[in-house]
Amino acid sequence: MSDDLFKLNIDGQDIEVPRHYTLMQACEEAGAEIPRFCYHERLSVAGNCRMCLVQWEGAPKPIASCAQTVGDMRMNPDGSAPNIKTSGDYVEKARAGVMEFLLINHPLDCPICDQGGECDLQDQAVAYGRADSRYELNKRAVEDKNMGPLVKTIMTRCIQCTRCVRFAAEVAGVEEIGMISRGESAEITTYLEESLTSELSGNVIDLCPVGALTSKPYAYNARPWELRKTESIDVMDAMGSAIRVDAKGDGVMRIMPVINEEVNEEWLSDKSRFIWDGLARQRLDKAYVRKNGKLTPVSWGEAFEAAKDALSVPAEKVGFVAGDLIEVEQAKAALDLARALGVQNTDCRPAGASYGVDGVREHYLFNPTFMDVEEADALLLIGANPRKEAAVWNARIRKAWLWNDLKVGMIGEAADLTYEYEHLGTGPDALDGLFKRDSEMAEALRNAERPIVIIGEGALAREDGAAILKAAHDYALEIQAIKDGWAGFGVLHTAAGRVGALDAGFVPGEGGADTATILGGGMDTVVLLGADEVDLSKLGGAKVIYVGSHGDAGASRADVILPAAAYTEMSATYVNTEGRVQMTRRAVQPKGEAREGWAIFRALSDVVGKTLPYDSAEALRAQLREENDVFAGLGYAPGDAGVDALKAPMAAAGSVNAAVPFGAAISDFYMTNPIARASKTMAECSMQKQGLETAVAAE
Amino acid sequence: MLEDKDRIFTNLYGEHDPGLEAAKKRGAWHLTREMLAQGPDWICTQIKESGLRGRGGAGFPTGLKWTFMPKQVTEGRPHYLVVNADESEPGTCKDREIMRHDPHLLIEGCMVASRAMRAHKCYVYLRGEYIAEREALEKAVKEAYEAKLIGENNVNGWDFDIYVHHGAGAYICGEETALLESLEGKKGQPRLKPPFPANAGLYGMPTTVNNVESIAVAPTILRRGAQWFAGFGRPNNTGTKLFCVSGHVNKPCNVEEEMSLTFRELIDTHCGGIRGGWDNLKAVIPGGSSVPMVPAEQIIDAYMDFDTLRDLKSGLGTAAVIVMDKSTDVIAAIARIGYFYKHESCGQCTPCREGTGWMWRVLEQMAKGEAEHGDIDKLLDVSKQVEGHTICALGDAAAWPVQGLIRHFRHEIEDRITQYRTPRALVQGHTVAAE
Repeated sequence: MSDDLFKLNIDGQDIEVPRHYTLMQACEEAGAEIPRFCYHERLSVAGNCRMCLVQWEGAPKPIASCAQTVGDMRMNPDGSAPNIKTSGDYVEKARAGVMEFLLINHPLDCPICDQGGECDLQDQAVAYGRADSRYELNKRAVEDKNMGPLVKTIMTRCIQCTRCVRFAAEVAGVEEIGMISRGESAEITTYLEESLTSELSGNVIDLCPVGALTSKPYAYNARPWELRKTESIDVMDAMGSAIRVDAKGDGVMRIMPVINEEVNEEWLSDKSRFIWDGLARQRLDKAYVRKNGKLTPVSWGEAFEAAKDALSVPAEKVGFVAGDLIEVEQAKAALDLARALGVQNTDCRPAGASYGVDGVREHYLFNPTFMDVEEADALLLIGANPRKEAAVWNARIRKAWLWNDLKVGMIGEAADLTYEYEHLGTGPDALDGLFKRDSEMAEALRNAERPIVIIGEGALAREDGAAILKAAHDYALEIQAIKDGWAGFGVLHTAAGRVGALDAGFVPGEGGADTATILGGGMDTVVLLGADEVDLSKLGGAKVIYVGSHGDAGASRADVILPAAAYTEMSATYVNTEGRVQMTRRAVQPKGEAREGWAIFRALSDVVGKTLPYDSAEALRAQLREENDVFAGLGYAPGDAGVDALKAPMAAAGSVNAAVPFGAAISDFYMTNPIARASKTMAECSMQKQGLETAVAAE
Repeated sequence: MLEDKDRIFTNLYGEHDPGLEAAKKRGAWHLTREMLAQGPDWICTQIKESGLRGRGGAGFPTGLKWTFMPKQVTEGRPHYLVVNADESEPGTCKDREIMRHDPHLLIEGCMVASRAMRAHKCYVYLRGEYIAEREALEKAVKEAYEAKLIGENNVNGWDFDIYVHHGAGAYICGEETALLESLEGKKGQPRLKPPFPANAGLYGMPTTVNNVESIAVAPTILRRGAQWFAGFGRPNNTGTKLFCVSGHVNKPCNVEEEMSLTFRELIDTHCGGIRGGWDNLKAVIPGGSSVPMVPAEQIIDAYMDFDTLRDLKSGLGTAAVIVMDKSTDVIAAIARIGYFYKHESCGQCTPCREGTGWMWRVLEQMAKGEAEHGDIDKLLDVSKQVEGHTICALGDAAAWPVQGLIRHFRHEIEDRITQYRTPRALVQGHTVAAE
């Protein structure tokens, strides 16, 4: 037996587990199932529900297995391994007692509870509950608390497990949920009964083992067993969190996180979770053509004819701009069509940005993977606010800061990131001479074994973006953030479609114009691929063909609208900011007459006489894989595989405009894309964030 | 019978000046420097040999507890002594007298104990309601600082600071880990054990939490020798002890006595006997509200010490002796205690949070007789579901009085239920007949 292993006898079975294991983990290792409410793998141990009691033979009392570290246990007097029993009368009676106590003040309103069917209390009551009640006294009632537009509370159901309290304090980093009063008057509440100021607040719904905290927008909409569950990928930010889309009929009823340790662990940001009502609003479900100044519903055929007319202008007068949510297939089909038409004016980057054209993929990827931050000892954020741009990753930074003593420095707009950081400056001038600067953080970065430098859209989407990128890269080289086995430099994108479109080559072709130029007024026809975050005010007289799912900025300026499917309605490829190729899956049918983006361009190519060489999404993807082998590996983030390419200094790229500070890439977290802007829930969150009274909060 | 010359707390009744000069005359701060110079091992050995068991209720050997502290102070991990002066157990009123009238014994004890556990800082966590006690203790601390008895570079040769912290009046903060939480500024809720405070206590540092009395007797034990202290009481239950006798005795009092004197001696010598004579005694709660009651016939000639009372399925606890004569409604009395524990449960863990309220409500019904016979076994079962299933001992403390009641006075509960359920007409048959 090695020193770091500990021998136990669990239910008559000898087993060796690491000494740092809890008894609960050891029991699970031995194949025993231990019921629990308060224990959660990603939260600190509270040991308060007392459901996980097991018998330790010789101990005077049953042991809460979640709180007992195996290495602290004593051997039997004769030197043999401690005997643990996870079943039998003694254990069952202890657990049944706890279950009875949990239920005496629980309302037992399962028939009207949204948690019904996926409730830990319900499930475990089947195993440990009594058939009848011995409690004949009045039950306690607890007043419901206002937790804002996302989380519905029915606090009488609460069993005070404090998972939500620990989540808020430990993971979200906002100490705004707590238990007030004591004894049986104890109540969970938020600070001043306001919603959490966290982008991750929805996760308390998943954590709550009972129906005390449920989803407010989902309330009374569906039962879990009625839902069709489709695992997919989120596109609200560039993280590509793993999600499960629960649908009933043709409507998305809710979105839940799926565990993906490498990306989102098991959390999901509020935007990703509650966006779904936006999928049913403001949808473009028919083709439209502007007639006499008014958008009029037309058939696909008529719309294609109008599009063909609009595209029948000199190729150099046509531009294609891809938006934030574009899937790789659509980008590929649109790009192929553009090139077939001789159009070189294609771009997927925000106006002003100039990355992604030097042929080095690593220069626009988030090379240190999300996970690597847990191994890093210093982190520098340049023009990035991960709390808003990648809320779930921000929780991981916080975790590393909390447990691994990660030092964080930031250049850009000061913000509350839920962890402490040293604010090194607001603009590019802070990078100048940072290596030699006399500051705690600069020194920490200099001396770090595994430093990470992250640059965000706030620093890149500007005229001197390329120069800033080079300066940041040079600095990363200086502090040896890029070395064998450690690719500590990366770009944190904000748009789910960006990296995929860049990988597909959706950048200006030979002599082509970039986004700013295309939208600057010189074009006769502009094709917008769901591009709503760009400035359309300078288009002048250009005709606009809009391909997208929601009636937003682009659609209202459009002359021809070709309705496309949203991310829950197609199986499509997205590449997250790490360069991880992932696929969404179709959970519901596209709305109305909407079609998948690539199919629209395939059909249009027929109409304009430049038929594209693929008839199915699979054929298109086969061609993609052939042209660029990054699309061959699903779910894989290259990480330090590309470190050699990253090591080479970047080419000189003009001068930096030191005077202009970095702006925020995202001003309103809840309103970053057309789906979010169509969502009532997001609107409520946004209003609340701005301190405006919302209809729900006023109730 | 303890003679006056053997009393440790010679100003227990506040007849003399609690100030430094007077305390010195009574023996405090005598030879402190020499005691400290003997070093931690000597102090721990002396205390171990004296047989001193913790006076806070659990009766854990104090000297042994001190040796649990790490033998070396690691860089950046200071040791702490925390004195539990959150004396909240109903019936207990011994520590307050020490703090009001003999505070210098406590301060000196803190210093000695700190030396034994290599601590330079000591926190005294005072119960929220103890205003006068805080003032008295703070005054004494100030005197000691001014006389350079404590503080940096003091005359006793061991750098030592003492801080008096005032709690906010929660019973649970007398539980040692809840006390530490509260001292750290958090909500007073017990921590999971292990880790025990000796490994990770106050601010995560090695810490020992001791009761006021345990600490305050230490200097005198060292001065007069372990054998002197061990000479009182029966083996394993040695020393002198403060008893707080309340309830139906003629003269309720606080008294320092030898351990293992009998209950009868204690009451007859110091309390003027039971109200209405020995035949009028019904039951006694011998160690504060959390221990089970013992009926008269079992307690009268029992030794008042840890082991005897444990064998009577009760406990010495804090030696807060609550005497109840035959006028006592024991069911109502335990119901009141049940209310106390329901009120003071911190609400952290399930059995205590839910069980204390349940037990109290059933007890209230039983006190009126408004229950069913089956409720007695149900109540007993519920109390067993609470006992031993909680994070801290408050669950046990709430369950034991109930179990004691049912163990010894089940017949009374049954009678009351029967009486309540009997139609009035049958009991007062003549009234019906007369109509």
